[in-house]
Amino acid sequence: MVRSVKSLVAVVGISALAGTLPAAAQEQEGRTLDALVWPEPPSLVLGLSIHTGTQQVSTKIYEGLVVYDFDLTPLPWLATSWDISDDGLTYTFHLEEDVRWHDGEPFTADDVVFTISEFMPEVNAQARLLFRNLASATALDTHTVQFQLREPFPAFLFGFNTLTAPILPRHIYQGTDYRTNPMNATPIGTGPFRFVEWRNGEYVHLVRNDDYWQEGLPHIDEIYFRVIPDEGARAIAVESGDVDIARAGQIGYREILRLGEDPRFFLDLRGGEFNAPQLWLQLNLRRPPIDDPRFRQAVMHALDREFIRDFIWYGLGTISNGPIAPTIPYYDPDVRQYAYDLDRARDLLDEMGLEPDADGIRARLVMPPPASEIYQRTSEYVAQQLAQIGIEVRLDRVDHATWANRVAEFDFDLTINLLEQLGDPAIGPTTFYHTNGIEQGNPFGNNGGYSNPEIDALLDRGAVETDPAVRQQIYSEVQRILAEDVPVGWLLETLRPVLHSTELENVVTTSRGYFATWAELRFVE
Amino acid sequence: MRKVEFIVRRVLKAALVVLGVVVLNFFLIRLAPGDPAMFMAGEAGQADAEYVEQLREQFGLTQPLHVQFYRYMEGLLTMDLGYSFRFQQDAGALIMQRMPATILLAATAYVFAILVGVTTGAIAARRVGTWTDTTITVVALAVYATPLFWLGIMAIILFSLNLGWFPAYGMETIGGRHVGFDRVLDIAHHLVLPAVTLGLFYVAVYARLTRASMLEVADMDFVRTARAKGVPEGRVLRAHVLRNAILPIITFAGLNGAHMLSGSVLIETVYAWPGIGRLIFDALLQRDYNMLLGALFVIAVIVVVFNLITDLIYSIVDPRIELAR
Repeated sequence: MVRSVKSLVAVVGISALAGTLPAAAQEQEGRTLDALVWPEPPSLVLGLSIHTGTQQVSTKIYEGLVVYDFDLTPLPWLATSWDISDDGLTYTFHLEEDVRWHDGEPFTADDVVFTISEFMPEVNAQARLLFRNLASATALDTHTVQFQLREPFPAFLFGFNTLTAPILPRHIYQGTDYRTNPMNATPIGTGPFRFVEWRNGEYVHLVRNDDYWQEGLPHIDEIYFRVIPDEGARAIAVESGDVDIARAGQIGYREILRLGEDPRFFLDLRGGEFNAPQLWLQLNLRRPPIDDPRFRQAVMHALDREFIRDFIWYGLGTISNGPIAPTIPYYDPDVRQYAYDLDRARDLLDEMGLEPDADGIRARLVMPPPASEIYQRTSEYVAQQLAQIGIEVRLDRVDHATWANRVAEFDFDLTINLLEQLGDPAIGPTTFYHTNGIEQGNPFGNNGGYSNPEIDALLDRGAVETDPAVRQQIYSEVQRILAEDVPVGWLLETLRPVLHSTELENVVTTSRGYFATWAELRFVE
Repeated sequence: MRKVEFIVRRVLKAALVVLGVVVLNFFLIRLAPGDPAMFMAGEAGQADAEYVEQLREQFGLTQPLHVQFYRYMEGLLTMDLGYSFRFQQDAGALIMQRMPATILLAATAYVFAILVGVTTGAIAARRVGTWTDTTITVVALAVYATPLFWLGIMAIILFSLNLGWFPAYGMETIGGRHVGFDRVLDIAHHLVLPAVTLGLFYVAVYARLTRASMLEVADMDFVRTARAKGVPEGRVLRAHVLRNAILPIITFAGLNGAHMLSGSVLIETVYAWPGIGRLIFDALLQRDYNMLLGALFVIAVIVVVFNLITDLIYSIVDPRIELAR
């Protein structure tokens, strides 16, 4: 059954409100939570690994200074408050005072300074970008940290989540080779759960941190993250009640929607606001005829994105119309739209003089789709639609490593990609459309090779502008120009729904969904 | 004396085969596009070229290929299988940690397949042309034609989800804290579905093979002679027919022992059995070179040893077979 996302959002949105269960519900302390982790992570140290498996587990072990509400408002976490100077150059964070690492050492400002100025920039690409204009990081006292920037960077505050700035213990890492530190096998954080054991291929076991700094939390005693390699078997584990919680990606969209209708489960569509993963058709702008904007506009008109949403993505998502997702600040819907219109698409191709040959074909393109099934189906649809306007697309099916390699080496005409915005246009979107983002050897930059000095200048200005009204003007202009230029074919703003037993509450508490700490999560009867 | 010489020869040959497997695999896996660094960057969903280069540096992938090969062989001589890029730990240790689970699964399925397969095959041969024979043949064919993973999922839905007789995944109850005999029982309980699913496919093969082989032998003159002498039918079948019909089954069993390991990839995936099969599959997709090479090395050793044993059993079962030079 296919429903429009509007009605689905409405239904689930209402039940999301209703999801805060009746006040009379009996709270249950001290139970075991059975969750899934998939794929199995390479390491459990956040920062060293940005793997989705690591984030699923280790966001319960490590914490950041702030968390982000569903509207992306930063809320206090390890930092109780912060001040930003009027010139936007100085950020001062006041830290929680009674926090201890899982090994009993006190958490101090030195840990924060070490993490932001030494650890993360060395090991994490996104952190390098975010903290590149950090002039100094200083511990003013045991519980106050001050960051001095070389130029204003209003997106700075969006860097302090567990993805780019999970706070790591200085006493364990300083002066060591971070990647080979033997303590990586037994992660030490400040979070509500301590690491106990990782049985490779079986489970990761965490237990309650009895010394947790938030009084009375966490509510549950232990968590088992189970490793179940088969997607069908993971869905069965949820359905049989062996697992209490699952995230889209761990089980397929179709299964998650099906189980969402089961009264024993609750499907929460929230939690993707911060990462805001955009699905798009990646176009290699280096190659003719793709280098002509009219060709790319024609491609946009040839795709019925409602069809993609409803029939391929099971109604989960909204149509994407531009470089900034609607949940991200400075989104502007008032840009050129591309309605599904095959005639208009053919006119554009005629206009650029791309005539059909004897076989009725105007262009022949090669498309290596990413390995997972839903991308393959999306790619098949794209190929089928483009055939209707005389563009022949040959699907080159490859495994994931080959796909990443080809995208990183710019060896494709078209492909599908899913990239995250990460809270601010100066973070994700800037990497995707700025000339500096063109970087051979990286599958997640500006792989299409879009380069426009006007956009570069605007993005540079937007990143350092502190007046929100001026920033809005800048980013509106960016969105207007890019919507004309079509550097990528925007398809969908995708969702990462979380399915959980109705016995659970406080599961999705922030705009990072499954990646919350689960300190407040509890069983109710 | 002859036997000792035979064994020494075979062991030397086996060592050469294993060496060949290692060398071939080392270069074959590197022919595939992409490398572990690119895969890990790809899996992370975000990266920059510097990050990918750092990973390559860390993994020793920036060295020339012959240097990498030399380093690998050097390690192998001291049984050091290298470092798993994907799991960021010693590949040898991880393989050894997961090998027992696979051996337990494959061995159980193997014994199950041979016992049940040969028995049903023999029954079918004895009652050839009857409805018993037809039923066994049809069921065997159907099972043989069914994909393992589908059989696995159906078994989970029926015996685990609906009937609740057996656990659906894993090797033991997570958080169950079973010890001693309780733990053995717990593991056995978890073993039933995966071992039977894996074994069923081979039950079909053994049944077909036994039936065909027995029917062929049953037509031979010496069987007729035995019957003519008045040897009881049961003894004719056991001592004359089955004993002679068993040779092709042993040949197959020898090959199949190794094949069972590859079947376990699918079964381990469906039942979340923490063995080596799934590790190999993932290592290939993830270009986890050392993990893949290490696991294939261990498996090559097992296969070669298995074949050696098969040859020896062969000569015991049928003394006419000379130990070939």
